[in-house]
Amino acid sequence: MPTRRLPAEIARGLRDVAPLLIGIIPFGLVAGAAAVEAGLRPLQAIGLSVVVFAGASQLAVIDLLGQNAALSIVVITGVVINLRILMYSASIAPSFQSFRPRWKAITAYILTDQAYALSISRYAEKELSKTERRRYYLTVALTLWIVWQICTIVGIIIGARVPDEWGLGFAVPLVFLSLLVPAAASRPAIAAALVGGVVSTVGTIYNFPLNLGLITGGATGVVAGVVVDTYTNTPGQSSSETNH
Amino acid sequence: MPTEYTSLAVWIVILALGVATFTIRISFISLFGLLENVPDRVTRGLQFVPPAVFAALAAPAFIAPSGHIEFIGNEQLIAGITATAIAWYVDDVFATIIAGMLTLWILRFGI
Repeated sequence: MPTRRLPAEIARGLRDVAPLLIGIIPFGLVAGAAAVEAGLRPLQAIGLSVVVFAGASQLAVIDLLGQNAALSIVVITGVVINLRILMYSASIAPSFQSFRPRWKAITAYILTDQAYALSISRYAEKELSKTERRRYYLTVALTLWIVWQICTIVGIIIGARVPDEWGLGFAVPLVFLSLLVPAAASRPAIAAALVGGVVSTVGTIYNFPLNLGLITGGATGVVAGVVVDTYTNTPGQSSSETNH
Repeated sequence: MPTEYTSLAVWIVILALGVATFTIRISFISLFGLLENVPDRVTRGLQFVPPAVFAALAAPAFIAPSGHIEFIGNEQLIAGITATAIAWYVDDVFATIIAGMLTLWILRFGI
């Protein structure tokens, strides 16, 4: 195995990101195919994937451009859908604090739901050095970036020819589910997960616009975690030791 | 339906959204660099972002895969329960995804 000669965190990152690609590939193909169907030029379709690099907002923008919606609405819709990344930026910021500004810019540009989720889970699992943290993150995030760009191009050329009933996109929520199990390891964390999941599902059922169910779920979940953490001062729980 | 916007207009949308999205992404990553140390209250809150967000990202796909709550005949929910059991006992993302996808395909195609 050639991966044995790679630094440990690069090999580990490749292994962790591999199954995720099953779910990303059909999504990337659609991002390319839908863009040209909506009348974007191939170069613009690629530009959207390279410059914005955020699938859900790309699809929304493509859809709205196809409907000739007002340009300001198109941009604002994309921005609101991407606001959830604020939570990832804040959550992962302490792990990137000692990086140089140039690395911060690079890591920020490729920050996605999946890169965040895998990395923050890895950092929680094992104490890593600054270099190891960067290696792991860059491996995961850059792999996703490269695959996303290739899929966009393939989607532009041949269209999205993965049958829907294969359900490959289902791999994406499965990844978050498998990361959720170790992340919900304390009572306040379970409260955060329950509230986050329920609120987000309510958002789906009632068709909250612009992915707002996800943001509200994340935010209310964090509040629930803090509240439970504050009011259950279980002795021996490290997170709530500090007295105020 | 193809867009009637000019090439320039489409490029402006792409660049505007790109700049805004990058700003969102780098916001706290650079802000935390300016602070000497991050306040304890903030760190305490941030530890709940992963469970809250992972659940928010995952839950609808299992509980309401077609946009409304389904418990009976919900293939995704059964696949999710199988995957959760595997995640619980094996704690491995790869194994969890394989278990979930296989369950979905067995239910769907009877393979």
